[in-house]
Amino acid sequence: MAFDIKNPGLATTVQDQGRTGHYNVGIPQSGSMDQYAAELGNALVGNTAKEAVLECTYMGPVLTTDQDAVIAVTGAPVELNVNGKPVPEWTRLQLKAGDELSFGVIRAGTRYYIAVQGGIDVPEVLGSRSTYSLGAIGGFNGRKLQAGDLVPVASPLYDGALPDADTVPEEFRPVFAKEQTVRIVLGLYDHRLTDEGLDNLLNSEWKVTPVADRMGLRYSGPGVKWKEREQPFGAGSDPSNIVDAGYAVGSIQIPGGTQPIILHRDAVSGGGYAMVGTVISADMDLLARAAPGTSTRFVAVSMDEALVARKELAELKRNARAALGASH
Amino acid sequence: MADIVSPLPGVFYRKPGPGKPPFANEGDSIEIGQTVGIIEIMKQFTEIQSDVAGTLESFKVNEGDMVNPGDTIIVIREG
Repeated sequence: MAFDIKNPGLATTVQDQGRTGHYNVGIPQSGSMDQYAAELGNALVGNTAKEAVLECTYMGPVLTTDQDAVIAVTGAPVELNVNGKPVPEWTRLQLKAGDELSFGVIRAGTRYYIAVQGGIDVPEVLGSRSTYSLGAIGGFNGRKLQAGDLVPVASPLYDGALPDADTVPEEFRPVFAKEQTVRIVLGLYDHRLTDEGLDNLLNSEWKVTPVADRMGLRYSGPGVKWKEREQPFGAGSDPSNIVDAGYAVGSIQIPGGTQPIILHRDAVSGGGYAMVGTVISADMDLLARAAPGTSTRFVAVSMDEALVARKELAELKRNARAALGASH
Repeated sequence: MADIVSPLPGVFYRKPGPGKPPFANEGDSIEIGQTVGIIEIMKQFTEIQSDVAGTLESFKVNEGDMVNPGDTIIVIREG
């Protein structure tokens, strides 16, 4: 079976848990920006966490299905319609052959996910079905969807078994707020900031600018000051420059000391900007929900605290799946 | 009066490019489906079209300002 894309929306791509293990040779991990929402969508339709979904950005697609299909839409709050009639989000839906799925105006956040029983059936590239648009690999022909695309859907897993519950309980649905507190681990180059610069980073309000996509998010705010130094051979002339080094997903650069950039799942793997800190893995989904204008505070945590947060997120996912009665 | 709202966040522009004339001005007669502005987000430009016919009454957003989904950009006097 397949989804027939009538209107692709702004940037609809096939994503899964990501293409990890190749960042050292410049291939970013990609994958659903909001892994939590994508995973619960998959759980609702009887998939494992590994199946590929459609990631919709701000404006979703209009699509029809050529066969009966079991789907769920999770993530940012948006009105969704089947044949023009409103249907609920975070809930399993039964589509009949020929039914049309469409979306209204997004109310908060940035991205929502269409999970379908069986998963989106595009070939794996380097072990993942995720689209990396810049590199033109993975997903549907290495690109975002276009009108007229027929997006293949795989057969149901586990003989079509579905979890007992058909909706994600309220307490397991993320909040899509206009204010965020994002936890970071400082380093490797926070020592290059002046005291005032570090104070600005950790104790000021920063706002997500419209320059935010799968590669990273740019923030506006008071800026920071870098310590003056004689730049080492091979580094650029600005004090925010270093000799080229590998970047971590979630790492924060502040080119010129003005607007921090946080790298996300499609980011380049290295370059010549000093990284003052790295967003903890448990908060990467939170960043993925940050719409332009979101007011953000960065709080420094220790590596131990970051590991506890990672454990807590895994437990939250386990509990959410248990609440659904999802067994896979 | 009919509001034209932005379906997405981004930066609003009244012109198709620097130095070019605006898509529409106050007092202009507007047709259904006519492009009245563009929104830039993620290096993509999305045309904003009127879903009603009438006269362009006013702009609620200035050139280069940020808009959020659901914000009114333009008011059209129908008819």
